Amino acid sequence: MAVTDAPRIVTSRIGFDDSHTLERFLATGGYEGLRKALTMTPEAVAHEVDAASLLGRGGAGFPAGRKWSMLRKNPVSYLVVNGDESEPATFKDHLLVERDPHQLVEGVLIAAYALQVSQVFVFLRGEFALGLERVQAALNDAYAHGAVGEDIFGSGFSVDVVLHPGAGAYICGEETALLESLEGKRGFPRIKPPFFPAAIGLYGEPTVVNNVETMSNLPWIIRHGGAAFAALGEGRSTGTRLFALAGHVRNPGVFEIEMVKTTFADLIHAPVLGGGIPHGRELKAFIPGGVSAPWFGPDQIDLPLGQDEVAAAGSMLGSGSVVVMDDHTCAVRAAWRITKFFSRESCGQCTPCREGSGWLERIMERIETGSGREEDLDLLLDVCDNIAPGLTWPPQQTTICVLGPSIPSSIGSAIQMFRDEFLVHIKEGGCPYG
Amino acid sequence: MSGPPSPSPGPAPRRAGAPPAPSHLSAETVERARELIALYPEARSALIPLCHLAQEQDGWLRPEAMADIAALVGVTPAEVYGTASFYDMLHTEPVGTHLVSVCTNIACLLGGAAELLEHAETSLGVNVGGTTVDGAITLEEAECLADCDRAPCVQVNHRYVGAQTPESFDRLVADLRTGARADEIPRHGTLVRVRRSVGLRAGRDRVVAERAAMAAAQAARAEEAAAAAAGRKEGSA
Repeated sequence: MAVTDAPRIVTSRIGFDDSHTLERFLATGGYEGLRKALTMTPEAVAHEVDAASLLGRGGAGFPAGRKWSMLRKNPVSYLVVNGDESEPATFKDHLLVERDPHQLVEGVLIAAYALQVSQVFVFLRGEFALGLERVQAALNDAYAHGAVGEDIFGSGFSVDVVLHPGAGAYICGEETALLESLEGKRGFPRIKPPFFPAAIGLYGEPTVVNNVETMSNLPWIIRHGGAAFAALGEGRSTGTRLFALAGHVRNPGVFEIEMVKTTFADLIHAPVLGGGIPHGRELKAFIPGGVSAPWFGPDQIDLPLGQDEVAAAGSMLGSGSVVVMDDHTCAVRAAWRITKFFSRESCGQCTPCREGSGWLERIMERIETGSGREEDLDLLLDVCDNIAPGLTWPPQQTTICVLGPSIPSSIGSAIQMFRDEFLVHIKEGGCPYG
Repeated sequence: MSGPPSPSPGPAPRRAGAPPAPSHLSAETVERARELIALYPEARSALIPLCHLAQEQDGWLRPEAMADIAALVGVTPAEVYGTASFYDMLHTEPVGTHLVSVCTNIACLLGGAAELLEHAETSLGVNVGGTTVDGAITLEEAECLADCDRAPCVQVNHRYVGAQTPESFDRLVADLRTGARADEIPRHGTLVRVRRSVGLRAGRDRVVAERAAMAAAQAARAEEAAAAAAGRKEGSA
């Protein structure tokens, strides 16, 4: 395993200071994918995406082509782009919307054409003030350039793209909550079934919801063909993917890496990637795919960065964010902070999540701050079991959305991997890490 | 969500009949609000963007503004409040000119965010959620702000200011108070300074006509493909 020299599919312009401008975009092949797509039939465009086997980059990893094909039989009304990136330690879409907004716009237009949708909403989290300004400026420029609006590039295809700012709620990353929010309501996830907005989406009409990174891959796929994309990576994990690396590494950042060909060890230690753990410390644990994912230890560091490979090892690649914890990290404190996050962000619809997250947070807090009791470990696991019965992976569902069943991941991992640390906290009445 | 808001008089109840004309939002804000409403198939979709607009005018979401928004999108003021109170960025109580958000989520925690937040509380003389006496700074503990390679991450009025140390944090606060960074960081409430160019919406008639033509073409292509397949079958038989 090593770092491959795969082409940069979504980060090719990031090195330029003016990567967000229309001038730079046009000078580096911008809108060529869209122009090519407009000469093809919509079915042929969708077929290329199918051939690329592009897995959705939002976190669930559902094949984008299959999401689209569900809609081929009946026409789709809306395309909604999910840019509510809020999964802790995930910051790839942040990079894409700020540094290459035109690439996102081009991808969105290609998708709109393939789906024959005339109305697109790009939902960006409200905290991306600069990203919102960059994407709006890109849309304004794209309209002036003839790429958006009526009869784009003289193709006879018209499409309008509306940028919609969110207002700060993690749950709006869940696609049905996002649609509720886009309808001007609280971000409450909708009851399933229907499992996909393809059946009942925005305003009750068939809707496709795709992630920012998924959309940003489309210009390259159309220019170079789905087969060229599928030739990268391995198995079901095709192409490259953005990995957001954070925590205790020398060079945290977003890296575009060929799927499967690279391992977590490469990502964390390779000099051109993470650059290793600073201060001469050792790896204690890492979270492979957002805080909803169970943790991995040093034993699993040689796993490849592939969706199925990580799933088989009992976790998930999720949103593509990797958090590294060195051996001076308190596992109890880390798990407590993650639990506090879920407790704050639970939308409050379902009892197991709303109540359970608060209970867990308070128990974790008292352990970390020195008031833990011996029976607390069993109590934690019992509450976790009530949220996600059996504590299996993937978790059992007791709630409307997957936020609730994601809560036990970090606590379960911390107890399983570092049980002694919990006991020391309880026995010594405080955190040994100070 | 940081604690329930204290009881306030609340927006005036909606009167029967036609909704009242906006009385609190300025003429310019109302004009921009109507432009936003026109972008959506249903007016209510503009509710959250309108709340951002009201915050741009007032710095926070006043009950009078919520009543105006209700009238503009055709819901009750209670529905506006009920929606707004769900979201962290919509402030139904006054905030300072600068909202300083310190992320303490996992990646920032590993980068020393808890210590930074503690320093911020001491140095500003407020607890998390509080506003300094001069009304300049409101301190907030934020969830992940998606800037984890620059931990601990801080935003001012939702503009990233990069990783902060206790020392740089104090300099940042001093700059905010003197207005040294006013160009880059507008006062709280102003979110998107780039406006959508007007008159971009594709006409509905045109879209309907194009969709019909596309559907017909699609059907024709499918028929052609089916006929070709049938032809191949006959040929091979």
